Amino acid sequence: MKLFKGILICLLLTIGKSGFSQSVSVIQLPALEKLLATPGDTTYLINFWATWCQPCLEELPYLEEFNAKHAKDKVKVILISLDFASKLETKVKPLVQKKRLRSTVLLLNEPDQNAWIDKVDSQWSGAIPFTIMFNNDRKKRNTFEKAFSKAELETVYRAFLL
Amino acid sequence: MKKITFLLTALTALIVLNSFRLPSDGYQVGDKVADFKLTNVDGKTVSLADNQAAKGYIVVFTCNTCPVAQAYEDRIIALNQKYAAKGYPVIAINPNDPTIAAGDSFEKMKQRATSKQYAFPYLVDENQQVAKAYGARSTPHVFIVTRTGNDFTVAYIGAIDNNSEDEAAASKKFVEAAMEDILAGKPASVNFTKAVGCSIKWKKA
Repeated sequence: MKLFKGILICLLLTIGKSGFSQSVSVIQLPALEKLLATPGDTTYLINFWATWCQPCLEELPYLEEFNAKHAKDKVKVILISLDFASKLETKVKPLVQKKRLRSTVLLLNEPDQNAWIDKVDSQWSGAIPFTIMFNNDRKKRNTFEKAFSKAELETVYRAFLL
Repeated sequence: MKKITFLLTALTALIVLNSFRLPSDGYQVGDKVADFKLTNVDGKTVSLADNQAAKGYIVVFTCNTCPVAQAYEDRIIALNQKYAAKGYPVIAINPNDPTIAAGDSFEKMKQRATSKQYAFPYLVDENQQVAKAYGARSTPHVFIVTRTGNDFTVAYIGAIDNNSEDEAAASKKFVEAAMEDILAGKPASVNFTKAVGCSIKWKKA
Protein backbone atom coordinates (compact mmCIF):
# COMPACT_ATOMS: atom_id res chain seq x y z
CA MET A 1 0.00 0.00 0.00
CA LYS A 2 2.83 2.32 0.93
CA LEU A 3 4.55 1.51 -2.35
CA PHE A 4 1.36 2.17 -4.26
CA LYS A 5 1.00 5.54 -2.55
CA GLY A 6 4.59 6.37 -3.38
CA ILE A 7 4.11 5.52 -7.05
CA LEU A 8 0.92 7.53 -7.16
CA ILE A 9 2.60 10.60 -5.66
CA CYS A 10 5.51 10.29 -8.10
CA LEU A 11 3.07 9.98 -10.97
CA LEU A 12 1.07 12.99 -9.85
CA LEU A 13 4.21 15.05 -9.37
CA THR A 14 5.38 14.16 -12.88
CA ILE A 15 2.05 15.07 -14.41
CA GLY A 16 1.81 18.24 -12.37
CA LYS A 17 5.28 19.30 -13.40
CA SER A 18 5.02 18.49 -17.07
CA GLY A 19 1.64 20.21 -17.20
CA PHE A 20 3.27 23.56 -16.53
CA SER A 21 6.60 23.17 -18.22
CA GLN A 22 7.11 25.84 -20.81
CA SER A 23 10.22 26.46 -22.81
CA VAL A 24 11.50 29.95 -23.56
CA SER A 25 13.14 30.31 -26.94
CA VAL A 26 15.75 32.99 -27.48
CA ILE A 27 15.22 34.92 -30.70
CA GLN A 28 16.81 37.81 -32.56
CA LEU A 29 15.38 40.65 -34.63
CA PRO A 30 14.84 38.73 -37.93
CA ALA A 31 12.62 36.20 -36.13
CA LEU A 32 10.67 39.01 -34.49
CA GLU A 33 10.20 40.80 -37.82
CA LYS A 34 9.00 37.53 -39.36
CA LEU A 35 6.55 37.10 -36.49
CA LEU A 36 5.16 40.62 -36.96
CA ALA A 37 4.66 39.87 -40.67
CA THR A 38 2.82 36.57 -40.05
CA PRO A 39 0.05 36.34 -42.66
CA GLY A 40 -3.46 35.12 -41.86
CA ASP A 41 -6.65 36.17 -40.11
CA THR A 42 -5.27 35.70 -36.60
CA THR A 43 -5.12 38.63 -34.19
CA TYR A 44 -1.78 38.65 -32.42
CA LEU A 45 -0.98 40.42 -29.17
CA ILE A 46 2.77 40.81 -28.95
CA ASN A 47 3.61 41.98 -25.45
CA PHE A 48 7.08 43.26 -24.59
CA TRP A 49 7.89 42.76 -20.91
CA ALA A 50 10.69 41.92 -18.49
CA THR A 51 10.97 40.17 -15.14
CA TRP A 52 12.24 43.46 -13.64
CA CYS A 53 9.24 45.48 -14.88
CA GLN A 54 6.60 45.74 -12.16
CA PRO A 55 3.70 47.02 -14.31
CA CYS A 56 4.50 44.25 -16.81
CA LEU A 57 4.16 41.61 -14.10
CA GLU A 58 0.88 43.15 -13.01
CA GLU A 59 -0.67 42.83 -16.47
CA LEU A 60 0.67 39.33 -17.22
CA PRO A 61 -2.29 37.56 -15.55
CA TYR A 62 -4.71 39.64 -17.65
CA LEU A 63 -2.91 38.68 -20.84
CA GLU A 64 -2.91 35.04 -19.77
CA GLU A 65 -6.60 35.16 -18.95
CA PHE A 66 -7.32 36.87 -22.24
CA ASN A 67 -5.39 34.20 -24.13
CA ALA A 68 -7.28 31.41 -22.33
CA LYS A 69 -10.64 33.09 -22.83
CA HIS A 70 -10.04 33.41 -26.56
CA ALA A 71 -8.50 29.96 -26.99
CA LYS A 72 -11.17 29.08 -29.54
CA ASP A 73 -10.91 32.39 -31.40
CA LYS A 74 -8.22 33.32 -33.85
CA VAL A 75 -6.22 35.08 -31.17
CA LYS A 76 -2.65 34.52 -30.06
CA VAL A 77 -0.77 36.15 -27.21
CA ILE A 78 3.02 36.08 -27.41
CA LEU A 79 5.10 37.39 -24.51
CA ILE A 80 8.50 38.71 -25.53
CA SER A 81 10.89 39.14 -22.63
CA LEU A 82 13.43 41.92 -22.94
CA ASP A 83 15.48 40.59 -20.05
CA PHE A 84 19.17 40.17 -20.73
CA ALA A 85 19.89 36.74 -22.25
CA SER A 86 22.21 36.16 -19.28
CA LYS A 87 19.11 36.13 -17.06
CA LEU A 88 17.26 33.41 -19.02
CA GLU A 89 17.98 30.58 -16.58
CA THR A 90 18.14 32.61 -13.36
CA LYS A 91 15.18 34.97 -13.81
CA VAL A 92 13.02 34.36 -16.88
CA LYS A 93 12.50 30.60 -16.78
CA PRO A 94 11.85 30.50 -13.01
CA LEU A 95 9.24 33.27 -13.36
CA VAL A 96 7.56 31.52 -16.29
CA GLN A 97 7.35 28.38 -14.14
CA LYS A 98 6.23 30.19 -11.01
CA LYS A 99 3.46 32.09 -12.80
CA ARG A 100 2.62 28.98 -14.84
CA LEU A 101 2.47 30.99 -18.03
CA ARG A 102 0.68 29.25 -20.87
CA SER A 103 1.20 31.85 -23.58
CA THR A 104 4.24 31.49 -25.80
CA VAL A 105 7.24 33.17 -24.18
CA LEU A 106 10.26 34.30 -26.20
CA LEU A 107 13.35 36.24 -25.16
CA LEU A 108 14.64 38.84 -27.61
CA ASN A 109 18.42 38.89 -27.38
CA GLU A 110 19.33 42.21 -29.00
CA PRO A 111 21.33 44.37 -26.57
CA ASP A 112 21.80 47.32 -28.98
CA GLN A 113 18.25 48.56 -28.43
CA ASN A 114 18.59 51.80 -30.37
CA ALA A 115 19.32 49.72 -33.47
CA TRP A 116 15.98 47.89 -33.46
CA ILE A 117 13.25 49.69 -31.44
CA ASP A 118 12.27 51.83 -34.45
CA LYS A 119 12.18 48.73 -36.67
CA VAL A 120 9.61 47.17 -34.36
CA ASP A 121 7.57 50.36 -34.13
CA SER A 122 8.57 53.97 -34.74
CA GLN A 123 6.00 55.19 -32.19
CA TRP A 124 7.56 53.13 -29.40
CA SER A 125 9.85 55.04 -27.05
CA GLY A 126 11.33 51.85 -25.62
CA ALA A 127 9.36 52.04 -22.37
CA ILE A 128 7.76 48.77 -21.29
CA PRO A 129 5.23 47.29 -21.10
CA PHE A 130 4.49 47.75 -24.80
CA THR A 131 1.94 45.78 -26.80
CA ILE A 132 1.39 45.45 -30.53
CA MET A 133 -1.99 44.15 -31.65
CA PHE A 134 -2.08 43.13 -35.30
CA ASN A 135 -4.05 41.14 -37.83
CA ASN A 136 -2.25 41.12 -41.15
CA ASP A 137 -5.13 39.79 -43.29
CA ARG A 138 -7.30 42.64 -42.06
CA LYS A 139 -4.37 45.04 -42.42
CA LYS A 140 -4.91 46.24 -38.86
CA ARG A 141 -2.28 47.21 -36.34
CA ASN A 142 -2.44 49.13 -33.07
CA THR A 143 0.17 49.78 -30.38
CA PHE A 144 -0.10 50.48 -26.67
CA GLU A 145 2.75 51.90 -24.62
CA LYS A 146 0.96 51.23 -21.37
CA ALA A 147 -0.04 48.44 -19.00
CA PHE A 148 -3.53 47.08 -19.60
CA SER A 149 -6.13 46.68 -16.93
CA LYS A 150 -8.25 43.55 -17.22
CA ALA A 151 -11.26 45.40 -18.62
CA GLU A 152 -9.24 47.53 -21.03
CA LEU A 153 -7.74 44.52 -22.74
CA GLU A 154 -11.11 43.10 -23.75
CA THR A 155 -12.48 46.51 -24.80
CA VAL A 156 -9.43 47.29 -26.86
CA TYR A 157 -9.64 43.90 -28.56
CA ARG A 158 -13.30 44.38 -29.41
CA ALA A 159 -12.60 47.85 -30.77
CA PHE A 160 -9.76 46.42 -32.82
CA LEU A 161 -12.09 43.98 -34.55
CA LEU A 162 -14.76 46.58 -35.41
CA MET B 1 -31.40 47.42 -29.81
CA LYS B 2 -28.49 45.71 -31.52
CA LYS B 3 -27.62 48.97 -33.19
CA ILE B 4 -27.53 50.79 -29.86
CA THR B 5 -25.30 48.11 -28.33
CA PHE B 6 -23.00 48.41 -31.30
CA LEU B 7 -22.86 52.19 -31.02
CA LEU B 8 -22.22 51.98 -27.30
CA THR B 9 -19.40 49.50 -27.84
CA ALA B 10 -17.90 51.72 -30.52
CA LEU B 11 -18.15 54.76 -28.27
CA THR B 12 -16.57 52.98 -25.31
CA ALA B 13 -13.86 51.69 -27.58
CA LEU B 14 -13.16 55.20 -28.83
CA ILE B 15 -12.90 56.55 -25.30
CA VAL B 16 -10.63 53.71 -24.21
CA LEU B 17 -8.41 54.04 -27.27
CA ASN B 18 -8.08 57.75 -26.65
CA SER B 19 -7.08 57.13 -23.06
CA PHE B 20 -4.05 55.26 -24.38
CA ARG B 21 -2.63 58.40 -25.90
CA LEU B 22 0.42 59.38 -23.97
CA PRO B 23 1.00 62.79 -22.45
CA SER B 24 1.85 65.33 -25.17
CA ASP B 25 4.79 64.38 -27.31
CA GLY B 26 7.04 66.85 -25.56
CA TYR B 27 10.15 68.67 -26.75
CA GLN B 28 11.97 67.83 -29.95
CA VAL B 29 15.64 68.49 -30.60
CA GLY B 30 15.97 72.21 -31.39
CA ASP B 31 13.06 73.26 -29.16
CA LYS B 32 13.50 75.96 -26.54
CA VAL B 33 12.59 74.63 -23.10
CA ALA B 34 10.61 76.37 -20.38
CA ASP B 35 12.52 76.70 -17.11
CA PHE B 36 11.27 74.77 -14.09
CA LYS B 37 11.46 75.14 -10.35
CA LEU B 38 11.69 71.78 -8.58
CA THR B 39 12.64 70.76 -5.07
CA ASN B 40 16.01 69.12 -4.55
CA VAL B 41 16.77 66.42 -1.98
CA ASP B 42 18.39 69.15 0.18
CA GLY B 43 15.01 70.93 0.37
CA LYS B 44 16.08 73.87 -1.83
CA THR B 45 14.56 74.56 -5.24
CA VAL B 46 16.54 74.32 -8.47
CA SER B 47 15.96 76.06 -11.81
CA LEU B 48 18.01 76.00 -15.02
CA ALA B 49 18.60 79.75 -14.61
CA ASP B 50 20.17 79.37 -11.14
CA ASN B 51 23.62 78.28 -12.24
CA GLN B 52 25.00 81.23 -14.20
CA ALA B 53 28.22 79.37 -14.99
CA ALA B 54 26.40 76.50 -16.73
CA LYS B 55 26.65 76.40 -20.52
CA GLY B 56 23.92 73.82 -20.43
CA TYR B 57 22.81 70.71 -18.57
CA ILE B 58 22.58 66.99 -18.93
CA VAL B 59 19.00 66.56 -17.68
CA VAL B 60 18.28 62.93 -16.75
CA PHE B 61 14.83 61.65 -15.84
CA THR B 62 15.65 58.79 -13.52
CA CYS B 63 14.49 57.18 -10.28
CA ASN B 64 15.38 54.89 -7.39
CA THR B 65 13.33 51.86 -8.31
CA CYS B 66 13.85 51.07 -12.00
CA PRO B 67 16.51 48.40 -12.53
CA VAL B 68 17.60 50.06 -15.78
CA ALA B 69 18.03 53.38 -13.97
CA GLN B 70 19.97 51.58 -11.25
CA ALA B 71 22.20 49.96 -13.89
CA TYR B 72 22.96 53.43 -15.26
CA GLU B 73 23.38 55.22 -11.93
CA ASP B 74 27.19 55.01 -11.86
CA ARG B 75 27.31 56.12 -15.50
CA ILE B 76 25.15 59.16 -14.64
CA ILE B 77 27.51 60.00 -11.76
CA ALA B 78 30.47 59.63 -14.16
CA LEU B 79 28.82 61.93 -16.73
CA ASN B 80 28.53 64.64 -14.09
CA GLN B 81 32.15 64.15 -13.04
CA LYS B 82 33.30 64.47 -16.62
CA TYR B 83 31.10 67.28 -17.90
CA ALA B 84 30.24 69.50 -14.91
CA ALA B 85 33.77 70.93 -15.03
CA LYS B 86 33.23 71.64 -18.74
CA GLY B 87 30.05 73.61 -18.02
CA TYR B 88 27.46 70.87 -18.40
CA PRO B 89 26.45 69.45 -15.02
CA VAL B 90 23.86 66.72 -14.57
CA ILE B 91 20.40 67.51 -13.21
CA ALA B 92 18.56 64.34 -12.19
CA ILE B 93 14.76 64.47 -11.99
CA ASN B 94 12.54 61.77 -10.52
CA PRO B 95 9.03 61.91 -12.04
CA ASN B 96 7.59 58.68 -10.59
CA ASP B 97 4.43 58.76 -8.51
CA PRO B 98 5.52 57.39 -5.09
CA THR B 99 2.02 56.07 -4.44
CA ILE B 100 2.73 53.59 -7.27
CA ALA B 101 6.45 53.10 -6.62
CA ALA B 102 6.94 53.49 -2.88
CA GLY B 103 10.71 53.34 -3.28
CA ASP B 104 10.57 56.66 -5.12
CA SER B 105 9.35 58.71 -2.16
CA PHE B 106 11.17 61.96 -1.34
CA GLU B 107 12.61 60.29 1.77
CA LYS B 108 14.02 57.39 -0.29
CA MET B 109 15.39 59.85 -2.85
CA LYS B 110 17.28 61.64 -0.06
CA GLN B 111 18.70 58.33 1.16
CA ARG B 112 19.83 57.34 -2.34
CA ALA B 113 21.44 60.70 -3.08
CA THR B 114 23.31 60.52 0.23
CA SER B 115 24.44 56.90 0.02
CA LYS B 116 25.63 57.31 -3.58
CA GLN B 117 27.04 60.80 -2.85
CA TYR B 118 25.32 62.54 -5.76
CA ALA B 119 27.30 65.67 -6.62
CA PHE B 120 24.34 66.97 -8.63
CA PRO B 121 20.74 67.90 -7.84
CA TYR B 122 18.19 65.08 -7.55
CA LEU B 123 14.85 66.80 -8.00
CA VAL B 124 11.34 65.60 -7.38
CA ASP B 125 8.85 66.31 -10.20
CA GLU B 126 5.91 66.02 -7.90
CA ASN B 127 3.11 66.96 -10.31
CA GLN B 128 4.94 65.37 -13.26
CA GLN B 129 4.60 68.57 -15.31
CA VAL B 130 8.29 68.73 -16.20
CA ALA B 131 8.41 65.11 -17.39
CA LYS B 132 5.31 65.80 -19.49
CA ALA B 133 6.73 69.03 -20.94
CA TYR B 134 9.95 67.26 -21.91
CA GLY B 135 8.10 64.21 -23.23
CA ALA B 136 10.07 61.87 -20.98
CA ARG B 137 8.67 58.35 -21.31
CA SER B 138 10.93 56.10 -19.30
CA THR B 139 13.78 56.03 -16.85
CA PRO B 140 16.54 56.76 -17.54
CA HIS B 141 15.78 59.29 -20.30
CA VAL B 142 18.36 61.98 -21.13
CA PHE B 143 17.84 65.50 -22.50
CA ILE B 144 20.95 67.64 -23.11
CA VAL B 145 20.10 71.34 -23.17
CA THR B 146 22.49 74.09 -24.26
CA ARG B 147 22.40 77.75 -23.25
CA THR B 148 22.14 80.74 -25.57
CA GLY B 149 21.84 83.87 -23.42
CA ASN B 150 19.00 83.09 -21.07
CA ASP B 151 17.46 80.43 -23.29
CA PHE B 152 18.03 76.70 -23.15
CA THR B 153 17.60 74.58 -26.27
CA VAL B 154 17.34 70.78 -26.57
CA ALA B 155 20.44 69.37 -28.27
CA TYR B 156 20.02 65.65 -27.64
CA ILE B 157 17.26 63.25 -26.52
CA GLY B 158 17.66 59.60 -25.67
CA ALA B 159 19.82 56.92 -24.13
CA ILE B 160 23.18 57.11 -22.38
CA ASP B 161 24.78 54.33 -24.43
CA ASN B 162 23.82 51.18 -26.33
CA ASN B 163 24.29 48.51 -23.67
CA SER B 164 22.36 48.84 -20.43
CA GLU B 165 23.64 45.58 -18.95
CA ASP B 166 27.34 46.12 -19.46
CA GLU B 167 28.97 49.52 -19.85
CA ALA B 168 32.20 47.90 -21.06
CA ALA B 169 30.28 46.23 -23.91
CA ALA B 170 28.65 49.47 -25.07
CA SER B 171 30.00 50.22 -28.54
CA LYS B 172 28.23 53.57 -28.73
CA LYS B 173 28.29 56.14 -25.93
CA PHE B 174 25.54 58.42 -27.17
CA VAL B 175 25.62 61.12 -24.49
CA GLU B 176 29.42 61.38 -24.48
CA ALA B 177 29.50 61.56 -28.29
CA ALA B 178 26.83 64.29 -28.25
CA MET B 179 28.71 66.19 -25.51
CA GLU B 180 31.97 66.04 -27.49
CA ASP B 181 30.18 67.51 -30.53
CA ILE B 182 28.56 70.21 -28.40
CA LEU B 183 31.85 71.11 -26.69
CA ALA B 184 33.42 71.39 -30.16
CA GLY B 185 30.71 73.93 -31.02
CA LYS B 186 28.85 71.58 -33.36
CA PRO B 187 25.33 70.14 -33.21
CA ALA B 188 25.24 66.54 -31.97
CA SER B 189 25.68 64.29 -35.00
CA VAL B 190 23.43 61.66 -33.37
CA ASN B 191 20.78 63.68 -31.53
CA PHE B 192 18.01 61.13 -30.92
CA THR B 193 18.24 57.56 -29.69
CA LYS B 194 16.02 54.99 -27.98
CA ALA B 195 16.47 52.36 -25.28
CA VAL B 196 14.32 49.96 -23.31
CA GLY B 197 13.45 51.47 -19.95
CA CYS B 198 10.85 51.46 -17.19
CA SER B 199 7.79 53.44 -18.15
CA ILE B 200 7.35 56.49 -15.94
CA LYS B 201 4.85 55.79 -13.16
CA TRP B 202 2.21 58.35 -14.10
CA LYS B 203 -0.35 59.38 -11.54
CA LYS B 204 -3.66 57.62 -12.08
CA ALA B 205 -6.12 60.08 -13.57
